[in-house]
Amino acid sequence: MDTTQITDAPPPTPQPTVAEQKRAARGATRPGDRIFLGLSRGSGILLLVIMAAIAGFLTYRASIAISKDDANFFTTFEWNTQLIPPKFGIAVLVFGTIVSSIIAMAIAVPIAVAIALFLTHYAPRRLSGPIAYVIDLLAAVPSIVYGLWGALILVPHMNGLYGWLDDYLGWTGIFTWQGGAPRSMLTVGILLAIMILPIITNVSREVFRQAPQMIEEAALALGATRWEVIRMAVIPFGRSGVISASMLGLGRALGETMAVATVLSPTFDIQASLLDPGGGTFAQNIASKFGEASETGRDALIASGLVLFVITLLVNGAARMIIARRKEYSGANA
Amino acid sequence: MAKRIDVSGLTAYYGSHKAIEDISMTVEPRSVTAFIGPSGCGKSTFLRTLNRMHEVTSGGRVEGKVLLDDEDLYGQGIDPVSVRREVGMVFQRPNPFPTMSIFDNVAAGLRLNGSYKKSELSEVVEKSLKGANLWNEVKDRLNKPGSGLSGGQQQRLCIARAIAVEPKVLLMDEPCSALDPISTLAIEDLIGELKERFTIVIVTHNMQQAARVSDRTAFFNLAAVGQPGKLIEIDETERIFSNPSVQATEDYISGRFG
Repeated sequence: MDTTQITDAPPPTPQPTVAEQKRAARGATRPGDRIFLGLSRGSGILLLVIMAAIAGFLTYRASIAISKDDANFFTTFEWNTQLIPPKFGIAVLVFGTIVSSIIAMAIAVPIAVAIALFLTHYAPRRLSGPIAYVIDLLAAVPSIVYGLWGALILVPHMNGLYGWLDDYLGWTGIFTWQGGAPRSMLTVGILLAIMILPIITNVSREVFRQAPQMIEEAALALGATRWEVIRMAVIPFGRSGVISASMLGLGRALGETMAVATVLSPTFDIQASLLDPGGGTFAQNIASKFGEASETGRDALIASGLVLFVITLLVNGAARMIIARRKEYSGANA
Repeated sequence: MAKRIDVSGLTAYYGSHKAIEDISMTVEPRSVTAFIGPSGCGKSTFLRTLNRMHEVTSGGRVEGKVLLDDEDLYGQGIDPVSVRREVGMVFQRPNPFPTMSIFDNVAAGLRLNGSYKKSELSEVVEKSLKGANLWNEVKDRLNKPGSGLSGGQQQRLCIARAIAVEPKVLLMDEPCSALDPISTLAIEDLIGELKERFTIVIVTHNMQQAARVSDRTAFFNLAAVGQPGKLIEIDETERIFSNPSVQATEDYISGRFG
């Protein structure tokens, strides 16, 4: 009886749930919208899944290798995966990767910024177009071609520079040269600088081109010369963009493989001098050793790859922090 | 020290397009002169020839003479950069340097002109912000970015920046067109105070504003789209708005235009 009474009672008007209200506010969704939403959401999820899969794979294989390692993975200057138990460490690779990238950045960033400023604020339009196009082409050259060029052209022509550096800056200790083939960190750094120059230039050029006209006019009207306009209105506006551009370049320099492997004559130790051959980088080490590596050797190389991955993440995070700290003063809220 | 502006036979081009033709006028020191006229009549272009900002636009060039007291701004060997240090400008949209603090915005012009001691800079910054009626609103946050201020405050910051270098002339290109009525009133009051020290030229689309702030008013017009703009007449503001000598001026100010 009780149940029938309840069913007889007038049914309460169903209150629309929050989700339903939202859907109503959005209006009827058309099939095109639904398909596009599904595609874009699917792509986003796929990206996360791929990232997680890569990270998971690297971590799993790396943990196997590190558990077998008989030496300290971070401080050992040795890479002997054939020994039983194996002994290997990444100290040399960390050093080589960071040093070659620092050299590349120190050379490439100032030149790239100068080129970008020239193209956006000095060059006549009929000149800036073709130059920008040539720089785009430079970015499209495969890295193995840079490597061959570096080994066959750059290396034989470095002797003069090396001699000069040894004569005048040898006393610093980092520019001494014992006369070996110039297949060293400095040559690698110079080659990497040439390789990352186009990407830094292009991104910086885009950023500088977007410097707001009215801010430049404000500087001009105060009696600023062209250089002062650039210093007051263009460079501060583009600073965070140049940092992002540099990080893109740094990412490429850290991970560059073939060009480094072709030019560097690697050894598994650290040279105080940038001019003496030796050292190695993560990517170069993986490329040189992967083909002949045993199962354990491959896992060890993967472990080193994971470290490179983490270094790249840290570099990107640091760049984001620098950009965020300057946000209040950035041109974005002009 | 405010200076007199004496323009004779001035014609300005954008590439091959003649924007304004054969303009002559005199602007007295320590006065406010308003430029009015329909859009495209060349009043802003003319204003920008007075501090050589016109030639910044690609293809911009000028014929004729602009004398600042006795010095020809377009004379041989005159550096446009030094002209702009004598003739300051305030723009239509407030444009403080977004990467600089309020203090640095006002000090920017001084720093261009040479090195100053910190105490001297602070003194000039305070004086300029007071001169722009902004000091009381920002004195506690001089190190905050200028872009955090309201539109009207930003425009007064730009005025402070312009007057900090003690220009002889202050050009204003529709300085209130992006502002609300209260901020507009603040700027208009400020113009009344600034004319004690500077020669002021203001372009405005608002005829009541021209009537309120200016001593003399110049009316510009163009015969048709694509034709160069011309100066129709310049006279005491009171005359222009009560009894102009040219029929086109009367048509324009009474809204019977075109």
